[in-house]
Amino acid sequence: MRIAVASGKGGTGKTTVATSLALSLANEQNIRFLDCDVEAPNAHLFLNPSFTKRQDAAILIPEIDAEQCTLCGKCVEVCQFHALAKVGKSILTFAQLCHGCGSCTWNCPVNAIQEIPNPIGKLESGLTPESIQFSRGVLTISEPMSTPIIRQLKRWEQPQPEQLTILDSPPGASCAVVETLRGADFALLVTEPTPFGLHDLNQIIGIVQEFNIPAGVVVNRDGIGNDVINAFHDKHNIPVLLRIPFSLEIAAGLSAGTSLIEIKPDLRQEFLHMFTQITRIVKTTEEGEK
Amino acid sequence: MILLISAQQPESQSPINKRFGRTEWLMKYDSETAQWQSLANPGSQRSGGAGVAAAQFVIDQKADVVISGAFGPNAAGAFRAANITMSLFSKEVKTVQQAAEYFLQDKLEIFE
Repeated sequence: MRIAVASGKGGTGKTTVATSLALSLANEQNIRFLDCDVEAPNAHLFLNPSFTKRQDAAILIPEIDAEQCTLCGKCVEVCQFHALAKVGKSILTFAQLCHGCGSCTWNCPVNAIQEIPNPIGKLESGLTPESIQFSRGVLTISEPMSTPIIRQLKRWEQPQPEQLTILDSPPGASCAVVETLRGADFALLVTEPTPFGLHDLNQIIGIVQEFNIPAGVVVNRDGIGNDVINAFHDKHNIPVLLRIPFSLEIAAGLSAGTSLIEIKPDLRQEFLHMFTQITRIVKTTEEGEK
Repeated sequence: MILLISAQQPESQSPINKRFGRTEWLMKYDSETAQWQSLANPGSQRSGGAGVAAAQFVIDQKADVVISGAFGPNAAGAFRAANITMSLFSKEVKTVQQAAEYFLQDKLEIFE
């Protein structure tokens, strides 16, 4: 089973919830944890893995052989991302705009294009003290495209049978989030009870519904803001599975690198209960599809 | 000399558009014939690569000069390779026609 933790709005507590879910279940489940927030990965701060495996993440970009190139401009025409331009007697390549789709290579009539790897970041993995199989992607600073790293991270290490995969999504509702959610069996949406939280929650709901992924909501910092989440629940019929109270003690603990369930051990039972509910929803959905 | 200038409206009296890649219109001026032509910028609605798309369009128009508020690194790289002069609006410039006049009087800054 694959559970993706997403939020829309940044700073609502995705990593807090994802890491606490992993730690709550570590004794009874074989867990694989993917930190897909490759622009600012931080789940390692709470799960403390020892990285033992590393690999470069690269995308293939075109290299044009000027001798072979007839300057027909077909590559420029087919590039959907404007990573190529025909200027005078040469074809310019803009590596940072290239998505590595290969259309230029495929369409070149004289095979003047060779694909070369352009490193944009790295993948790292290792075990945590609780034997959680942890891996993350790290996008090199100044590189603009995180989606290819997330795609490579998801394919890097195949899940073992019966393994529970928890994916910690980047914030927002962009391509990177879509890539994280793709293939998930359940979306756990973390929000805060404010108009901002609700606005961005609505955006992510759009993606989740497009993918037909069952979803549940975690309300973090419960007690601040207003009653917007209840209104949301009434409208979308997406269950609120957990409420984490707004508390100075939690904020101080998290800032010191302590995980939520260490700060509030009582919450472990609530996380386990939430997981039972998620399992039931996923099962019901699968049966419904059959 | 062919000048392309980023514009808000398809007319020579249009207010300038300070954005290059996402400008709605590009006004083309031929200083030999004093003719204006309005061209829709094909890249204005793109989610990414708008600067390169607009630059390719300007290059294909056989421009000698492009005038806007700023040029990003990708567009600037393409213009340099194509030997097209990049120039920036000054504070006094309000309309596209003024931009052309000021440039031809050497009153506009060249973007290196």
